[in-house]
Amino acid sequence: MINLYPLLIIAVVLFIVLNLAAGLIWVERRLLALWQDRYGPNRVGPFGLGQVLADSVKLFLKEDWIPPFADKGVFILAPGIIVATAILSFAVIPLAPGFVVADLNIGVLFLLAMSSLGVYSVVLAGWASNNKYSLLGGIRASAQMLSYEVFMGLSLLGVVILAGSFRLTDIVEAQRKVWFVIPQFPGFVLFLIAGVAETRRLPFDLAEAESELVAGFHSEYSGMKFGMFFVGEYIGVILISVAISLLYFGGWLGPVLPPGLWLAIKTMTFICLFILMRAGLPRPRFDQLMSWGWKYLLPLALLNLLVTGAVVLALS
Amino acid sequence: MLIAFYIASAIAVLATIIAITRRHAVHALLYLIVSLLGVAIDFFVIGAPFLAALELIIYAGAIMVLFLFVVMMLNIGEHATEVETASLKPGVWGWPSALGVVLIAELIYVAAHASAPPGPMHVVSAKEIGISLFGPYAIGVELASLLLTSGLVGAYHLGRRTSREEERNDAGTVGTRIGSSGDLVRSGSGRTSYTA
Repeated sequence: MINLYPLLIIAVVLFIVLNLAAGLIWVERRLLALWQDRYGPNRVGPFGLGQVLADSVKLFLKEDWIPPFADKGVFILAPGIIVATAILSFAVIPLAPGFVVADLNIGVLFLLAMSSLGVYSVVLAGWASNNKYSLLGGIRASAQMLSYEVFMGLSLLGVVILAGSFRLTDIVEAQRKVWFVIPQFPGFVLFLIAGVAETRRLPFDLAEAESELVAGFHSEYSGMKFGMFFVGEYIGVILISVAISLLYFGGWLGPVLPPGLWLAIKTMTFICLFILMRAGLPRPRFDQLMSWGWKYLLPLALLNLLVTGAVVLALS
Repeated sequence: MLIAFYIASAIAVLATIIAITRRHAVHALLYLIVSLLGVAIDFFVIGAPFLAALELIIYAGAIMVLFLFVVMMLNIGEHATEVETASLKPGVWGWPSALGVVLIAELIYVAAHASAPPGPMHVVSAKEIGISLFGPYAIGVELASLLLTSGLVGAYHLGRRTSREEERNDAGTVGTRIGSSGDLVRSGSGRTSYTA
């Protein structure tokens, strides 16, 4: 008899992540509308919830066109990579104590590895489309994600030093006394900024930048291939929100309510923060984005790491 | 787990062979990435998860993206494919193949005479790697950091010179800018002539 429990966990995680990603289409549009003082989608079904279904059906039925000038193989491969890496990341995310697909002892590194592989999706999509706007989008995306990945990893290391482990379960358990957001506040801010840049959400969506690059790397995509980029972006948002909750806000730790619910509440808060940022912040110029990353955020991350290490060493 | 090791190894070897024989630089890079992923799985299976993660983050996730970035910026089209085809003539294969055969023979010899693998597998933790890197291998780490610093200084030096030239160009006309952006239009996967 094969142990079916891991399969069950995988099924539940996939179910939650994919449905949440689809549901976020509605959440984002409604919240944006709220903050911009309008209604948003409210006609299909109760509260406009049917919009999710309508959008999915539309994406599935649209013509899936591959431009004749595109590099066909790579063009098809690109949208798959972003969804695959984003979903794979959830393998190491514990949703509740013991409820995790693979409790790797390198959990944090696995997250970083998957997010760094996700870059390929955007870069290859931009290149394979063989369109100057797409290529510019792809180039921007690769430069941006490479730069912000560096201090994303560095900002996390403060947490790793405090918890003494790369395993996400251990990191959450190490926050029983105090959430890491308090001793690691600079690390948290840096990780949040890097997370927004990694998911290419506004204000860091220069790879798409509708006003200058049409739609950047996915200009040539239509139908479900475009849908994959869409879903991949939302899964990325969920992932970064879960990661922030786990690493800095005590994950499932909290009084009264069951652990899974605590994590859900914390995650939804950060997802809403992501959407609020999109509603509230303007887009920087690309050279500003790069110089902030390398000149301010990277040294700050290094300083944070140095100070954390020194304090831990002095106290031990 | 042993099956996973052999499957990953086979994929890595196959992907590497394909990467060498591709005529298209970007496709070759993609196969090289697959090969690196295969090697990462190998590391993971034989008890070095930390190394596997680093292989993914540094080689597959950072260095290869830089390669791809550069290849994307270059204007690789039909011409480059022709050059590649010319350099992949059968005659060119002679020496590398001979050297490769020697290595394979050595590998087979070692594999045939190797002692049985040591008892239970030892999983190397990140802490152990850190201790050995900054203990017995500190000199290697320092040398590598020196090398990287010199690379950084060199890159900075080259970058500075071009920026000064750019200023001079900017002072002249805007024409240079338009001219250089024309190159971008011609890059991409290299068949822009189709659309034009």
